[in-house]
Amino acid sequence: MESVSVIDVSKRFGENEALQDISLSVNKGELFGIIGPDGAGKTTLFRILTTLLLPGSGKATVEGFDVAGQYRQIRRIVGYMPGRFSLYQDLTVEENLKFFASIFKTTVADNYSLIHDIYVQLEPFRNRPAGKLSGGMKQKLALCCALIHRPHVLFLDEPTTGVDAVSRREFWEILRRLKEEKITILVSTPYMDEANLCDRVALMQKGFLLSIDTPQGIIDRYHKQLWAVRGENMYSLLLHLRHFEGAHSAYLFGDSIHLTTRDESITEAQILSFIQQVTDSHIELGRIQATIEDCFMGLMETGKSAHSIE
Amino acid sequence: MQNKPVIEVENLVKKFGSFVANDQLTFNVFKGEIFGFLGANGAGKTTAMRILCGLLSPTSGKATVAGFDVYHQQNKIKQNIGYMSQKFSLYEDLTVKENFRFYGGIYGLSKVRIDERTNELLGRLELKQVLDQQTKGLPLGWKQKLAFSLAIIHNPSIVFLDEPTGGVDPITRRQFWDMIYETALGGITVFVTTHYMDEAEYCQRVSIMVDGRIEALDTPAMLKQTYCVSSMDEVFLKLARKAPIVNQ
Repeated sequence: MESVSVIDVSKRFGENEALQDISLSVNKGELFGIIGPDGAGKTTLFRILTTLLLPGSGKATVEGFDVAGQYRQIRRIVGYMPGRFSLYQDLTVEENLKFFASIFKTTVADNYSLIHDIYVQLEPFRNRPAGKLSGGMKQKLALCCALIHRPHVLFLDEPTTGVDAVSRREFWEILRRLKEEKITILVSTPYMDEANLCDRVALMQKGFLLSIDTPQGIIDRYHKQLWAVRGENMYSLLLHLRHFEGAHSAYLFGDSIHLTTRDESITEAQILSFIQQVTDSHIELGRIQATIEDCFMGLMETGKSAHSIE
Repeated sequence: MQNKPVIEVENLVKKFGSFVANDQLTFNVFKGEIFGFLGANGAGKTTAMRILCGLLSPTSGKATVAGFDVYHQQNKIKQNIGYMSQKFSLYEDLTVKENFRFYGGIYGLSKVRIDERTNELLGRLELKQVLDQQTKGLPLGWKQKLAFSLAIIHNPSIVFLDEPTGGVDPITRRQFWDMIYETALGGITVFVTTHYMDEAEYCQRVSIMVDGRIEALDTPAMLKQTYCVSSMDEVFLKLARKAPIVNQ
C-alpha cells in the first residue's frame, strides 16, 4: 500500500533547480530516509509534501490526497518537524503541546500513549519556556508536537543535524518504536551512516535522485573494486596512493583509507609494492564491502551531478 | 615531535550562577597539531571555545592562547587566532574578493599583503575564477573552503573550526580535511569540533568532554585501545552515554 507518491516533481527558485524530476513512492508504515548533503533538495521535497510549497511541475500525493488540490485533507493527517526549531519559544513545554493538540481539535490526553515514552523525559521541564530547553530536549518536544494529533505520515526534516552521536542514536531508537505504531515516517539526514537504520532510502544530491533502494540493495549494486588501507602516517599514505596508476580514488574513511581501483586486474601485491616505495612500516590491506557513504561518493562521481564537482 | 604548546589550560572553571559549564579543564595543544574537541551537546564545548577565543572570561583557573592570557589579553588573542563556524562564514552580499579584503582589513593586513594572500589561498583552492562573484550563489562546499581560507588569511597561530563540515557532502568533507592537514603541516594549529566520528580519527589527539569535564584525552589509537573498542564512535558512546537511556 502506497502512502506517499511523487511523480516527476521539479521545483525551481529563480536560477536554482532545487528538485529535478524526482519520482519516488513510500509504502504505508515504512521508515524511509532521504539522504543527502545541504542543497540536495530534501527540505524542498518535504515542503511540497506537507503542502507548504507547490511543485513547479509533476504530481505528488500523500495518503491518496493531491498536494495541490487537497492540501486541507493532507494537513490534518501529517506531522511535520521542520529542520529549524519552530515551536513557540515563550510558551512552556506543556503549553506548546496543548496548543498543537488544540489546533488539530484533539487533546493531549487522547493521544498521550503515542508520545508517552518521549514525553516522560520532558515532564520535569514542563513549565519551562521551550526557548530555554537544551537542544536535545527541544528536539524531543518538537517531535511530541508533531505527533500529538496521531498523524498517518510523519515528516522529519534533518532531526539529527548538529546533534551529537549519542543523542542521534537515541532519536533513531524513538523512530523505530514509532514505526511499530504503523506511522509512515519520512526522515531526511546528511549523515550517511543513518541510512542503515531505514527500511529504504533515497540518496539525493543537488536536486537529483542518485538511487532508491534498501540500504543493502544500494550496497549490493556497488561494483567498484574497494580496498581498505591502514598504515602509520595516514595522510602521507593518502597523498602517495593518489598517484597510484591503478587507483580510481583514494579517500580517508575513519581510521582507514578507502581505495578504489580501476579494474579487476589490480592485485594486492601491486598495491603493496606501490606503497612500499615510500614506507617500510606495516601496512594492512584488504578488500572490503562498501558502506553507504562509499556508494554515495561513487554515485556522486558517476551521476548526473558529476559536472559540478570540482 | 611537537613540544611547544600554543594553548595551555590549567584547572579552568566557568560557572554560570550555580551551573558549572567547565569543570577544572586541564590540557595543552601543541604547535601544528590537529586537535579534536568532542563532546555531547551541552557538555561545555562552546563555553570552553568562547573562553579560548577571548570572548568570555573564565571564573577561575589559568589559560593562555598563543601566549596570551584569557583574562587580560583577549584582544591580543583575537588578533592571533582564526575562527570559522558552520553557521556564519561569509558575507553573502560581498564578492569573494571583497570578503578577503574585509577580513584582511580587520586583521590589519596591508593591501599588498591581502592581494598576496588572496592569490595564494584561492590558487590553492583552484577557485580564482569566482573572485568577482557574490558568495551567495556558491555551492556550500566552496563557501566552507573559502571561509576556512578567510579564517587563516592573517596566518594565525591557531585556527578554531566549529563543526566546519556539518551538512557538507562526503567528497567535499574530505577535501576540507585535506585543507586542514595542509594548514597544520604549515605550522598552524587546528582546533576542531565535529559530530562526525570518522573525522575524530583524522585528529592527532582528541579530547572528549562529558558534563563540563574532560573525560578522556589521547590519540585516537590510544583511546580505542583504552576503551577496548574498534572505532571512535564507540569510544564516544561509551563515554558520553553516562545516563542510562530509555531502552524500554
